[in-house]
Amino acid sequence: MNNFLTIAMPKGRIFEDAVQLLKKAGFQLPPEFDDSRKLILEVPEEKFRFILAKPMDVPTYVEHGVADLGIAGKDVMLEEERDVYELLDLKISACYLAVAGLPDAKINDVAPKVATKYPHVAAAYFREQGEQVEIIKLNGSIELAPLIGLADRIVDIVSTGRTLKENGLVEYERMVEITSRLIVNPVSFRLKDERINELVERLSKLKTGGFGNENFKS
Amino acid sequence: MTRLFMFEKPLGMRDTLPVLFERKQKIRSSIEKEMKNWGYQFMETPTLEYYDTVGAASATLDQQIFKLLDQQGQTLVMRPDMTAPIARVAASKLLKNDLPIRLAYSANVFRAQQREAGRPAEFEQIGVECIGDSTVSADGEGIALMIHSLLAAGLEDFRLSIGHIGFVQTFFRQILGTEERVKALTRYLYGKNYVGYREHVNELALSSIDKQRLLEFLTLKGRSQIIEKAFDLLENDIGKRAVTELQQLWDIIFDFGLDGKVTFDLTLVSHMSYYTGIVFEVYAGNVGFPIGNGGRYDLLLQKFGKQTGATGFAIRMDRLLEALEVDEEELERTSCVLFSSERRREAFDYAQKQRKLGNKVVLQDISGVKDIDACTSRYVDITFLVGKAGKEAALK
Repeated sequence: MNNFLTIAMPKGRIFEDAVQLLKKAGFQLPPEFDDSRKLILEVPEEKFRFILAKPMDVPTYVEHGVADLGIAGKDVMLEEERDVYELLDLKISACYLAVAGLPDAKINDVAPKVATKYPHVAAAYFREQGEQVEIIKLNGSIELAPLIGLADRIVDIVSTGRTLKENGLVEYERMVEITSRLIVNPVSFRLKDERINELVERLSKLKTGGFGNENFKS
Repeated sequence: MTRLFMFEKPLGMRDTLPVLFERKQKIRSSIEKEMKNWGYQFMETPTLEYYDTVGAASATLDQQIFKLLDQQGQTLVMRPDMTAPIARVAASKLLKNDLPIRLAYSANVFRAQQREAGRPAEFEQIGVECIGDSTVSADGEGIALMIHSLLAAGLEDFRLSIGHIGFVQTFFRQILGTEERVKALTRYLYGKNYVGYREHVNELALSSIDKQRLLEFLTLKGRSQIIEKAFDLLENDIGKRAVTELQQLWDIIFDFGLDGKVTFDLTLVSHMSYYTGIVFEVYAGNVGFPIGNGGRYDLLLQKFGKQTGATGFAIRMDRLLEALEVDEEELERTSCVLFSSERRREAFDYAQKQRKLGNKVVLQDISGVKDIDACTSRYVDITFLVGKAGKEAALK
């Protein structure tokens, strides 16, 4: 079992892109991979064990060493600041973090409120702009916040901008470009270096993932 | 404030129950024995130090230091590591005649409390400091002793990675010129962010050859062959000293027969900012974090008024324990004598005889035991000295 590589995969938006990328790099993954509901999937032919985690939790599994590797969005990496190696930009699931709100809505001078899934990133961003804001942490449907008056602004990932548009919100600032990264635990990186290097080499040969974001709307 | 439950202890604090304590002590004493055999002398320093002295000299990030105030309003720290306190003592008391001194410790160190599991605010470190010796031999000895300490503790599946802070700094300075640019790039190494490092390099105003050199740097990992590669990356032999040191170190490790346990990784930089030369970290198979680290800190003693080089390492006891397989058999065997007051003296004499032989014996008045069966099952051996003499019954 010990020569297995455990890879933490993010469920949801990035998952299919990541699976396609691995297949493209020549790894033999079973066809039922995509629609299984199991949380742990073993692929003995490749000596891989995949664990399916919430995207925000992927770096946690990797930092604690229960997964050797993981695929995590840069947004998650920025928010979580885990002690892991960020080895490769997989260039999949491209999107960006943005500040958005209702059109022509002034930000409250006294107590500007920002709702987001990314409290650390949001606070740091506004701080660098010379603004101190109050953060409201939400876990999803962030677009609701300005619509019903919970916050003046939101910080969220945008891939096509359709969700913003359909809810009558506009983008105020584009903060940072996001793609998915291959991350690795520092101990695994040393002790399983051969297998990890092989994986990295095969993935980096692909250069660009080539999967646009058009199929994966936020 | 929420009301505390009576079983609660402050965040990040852990109890050590008897079984674990026993294991810990066994491991500690095997390591201590090894260190003493190499001529290292154990010492203790206080738990509390001044923030402005040891706190400032320590390389632990400020927000990770456990701080408090004394009655005079001075900020105190719960020592975040043992290297800075030992440097303080060495500089003010122990360094004489310019002779290298070899010191060792096993002590609890502290960190600011963190909510997440696996980040205790108090944990034990066992380690050594070799102060006053600037030769690579001292670095080699540190690495060799760390390996032998772990072997003595019973750990087999582990590996050391060795880097060189001096090499990274000279190499970066050579290509990047200004301190500011060096700092900016080094930050990506600290952050273990190779993607950011590559992007940053590609955006720099540098010749494509220099960019290539900086990118090549990330591949400086492996055994002795990378020393040559590192050498080729340098220009005009500046920074040659660091590479020569790595070569010497490899020869030492090879001579000591320990080359199977180490690899080089020149991208290894430590968060402990006082390191100046050779640094190393040790990893064990089933633990997700390094179980120990060490390196050369030639500038730390200066802060305490002495100009001399030093090197050392620390092993984290909690992580070492996690790395070691638990062998139930190794738990100490204890037997029990159940006695009644008529035969107290006989029981005491018997127990003392056994104790002198090195056996662990509990002397228990039978009237203090409610459930004899439960008591019997707890010990490996029970002797009854109950009732009138001559009627004793020894069970199992």
